[in-house]
Amino acid sequence: MSHISHPNTNKMSAHMNLTLKVWRQKNANDKGGFVTYKAADISPDMSFLEMLDVVNEGLIKKGEDPIHFDHDCREGICGMCSLYINGRAHGPKRAITTCQLHMRSFSDGETITIEPWRAAAFPVVKDLAVNRQAFDRIQQSGGYVSINTGGVPDANEIPIPKFIADEAFNSATCIGCGACVAACKNASAMLFVSAKVSQLALLPQGQQERYQRVQAMVAQMDEEGFGNCTNTGACEAECPKEISITNIARMNREYFTSKFFKEEEIH
Amino acid sequence: MSNLKTTLSSSLGKKIVMSLTGLFLCTFLIVHLIGNLQLFKDDNGLAFNAYAYTMTHFTPIKIVSYLLYASIIVHAMYALILTSMNKKARPVGYAQQNGNANSPWTSRNMGILGTILLIFIVIHMNNFWAQYHWADLPYAKYEVSLTDPADVKFTSIPFDGSKIAHTDYVDIEHGVKVLIAKDLYLIVGELFKQWWYVLLYVVSMVALAFHLFHGFRSAFQTLGWDHKKYVSAIRFIGEWGFGLLIPIAFAAMPLYFFFFK
Repeated sequence: MSHISHPNTNKMSAHMNLTLKVWRQKNANDKGGFVTYKAADISPDMSFLEMLDVVNEGLIKKGEDPIHFDHDCREGICGMCSLYINGRAHGPKRAITTCQLHMRSFSDGETITIEPWRAAAFPVVKDLAVNRQAFDRIQQSGGYVSINTGGVPDANEIPIPKFIADEAFNSATCIGCGACVAACKNASAMLFVSAKVSQLALLPQGQQERYQRVQAMVAQMDEEGFGNCTNTGACEAECPKEISITNIARMNREYFTSKFFKEEEIH
Repeated sequence: MSNLKTTLSSSLGKKIVMSLTGLFLCTFLIVHLIGNLQLFKDDNGLAFNAYAYTMTHFTPIKIVSYLLYASIIVHAMYALILTSMNKKARPVGYAQQNGNANSPWTSRNMGILGTILLIFIVIHMNNFWAQYHWADLPYAKYEVSLTDPADVKFTSIPFDGSKIAHTDYVDIEHGVKVLIAKDLYLIVGELFKQWWYVLLYVVSMVALAFHLFHGFRSAFQTLGWDHKKYVSAIRFIGEWGFGLLIPIAFAAMPLYFFFFK
């Protein structure tokens, strides 16, 4: 990379040299620990994941095991990338995923600490990659609509007030990355679960299973061993999609309504 | 019954217990504060001692007080259970954790603040509640003139075995209303003249302020009482009322006795 020289090299595009403190762990049973790497000649325009790619290329050339981390779409919509960077989920910027984080958010010479999501329900697979299947199991327990969708209905057949549609859509923007769990001091999954409960509870299509759904999803969440919410608000602050904790209040309402006033039960 | 049991043992159920007991303790604080404002009256403790007697002898209040003791214990116990569950939910912690970037300090330290408050409650109840119930306190005799309520004759009566008891009667012959009551006001005054008690009380009230600053609003969030039209009012009451006004008013009591009595 260093051989590329720009005619108008200014401070913004000057390449950076960084020190990385990366969590390395062979497998779920390994104790793991930090390993320090030098990341030299990093363009400030690279994304954080591209920077890791460069470091990994160096490791592969040296015959070492590259750093394992999750990634897929690299445009902030798949929810696959994670990383706890300098004490923050998805790094220091708000409302973005790690793949949307650029190296210009760091300064030359900086030491960056990179850790995996930490939660009993998200066991480390290897290095920085964690197993987030607990989220899948919660979704499978109730995050669906089982009515027959049939043909395409007329656009205005089911009137939904715009603010309700907006609210449901906001909840539905959750990409299930797990930053809420990672950022929460209690490793609670309530923001995730509440977003999934909300997006369906708000819309007419979700009414049939509404009260059974919230019970099933909360029960599965508890079974997975996530912590309890203490309303710190860290989850919504770190959520790349800025899902609001209003969803948690709504989930609580849905849950208590279903438990105390409805006949639906889960088996 | 099994429905209630499974509900309350769920994560959300435990939270509802925390929020309901917490809010009940908040309402108690208001009552406690109003009563304790009698301390600021310059009447040798007439109003305060009468209030202390009512609080310990009026049956409905006695029932509520048992509910209150239970609430304190349940609130603390559930906090302990939830905290240990939360610790288990993250067995390996982060090497670097920047909590201040995403959440207020108070919200992350409710356990520490609550522990300070629990210790304070034990000391506080030992200082006053236990003294009032079991110690041989001196009695205060107030003779209030029937024609002029501002004319009060105060006499301190030392404790005298079984011969003395709470008395409240009207003496028409002498034109006075007589009240003989345990002199808790005296105990309060003596305790609040010692600087370390004053300091302990003020520090505890700071902890109370931080605890309620987060706790009051948090309880409503847990109960799902989150509504665009009311959330700002709840925030206002929680932060300015319970987070500031009430703790300041309580802290003012020891400071008033220490500096002005």
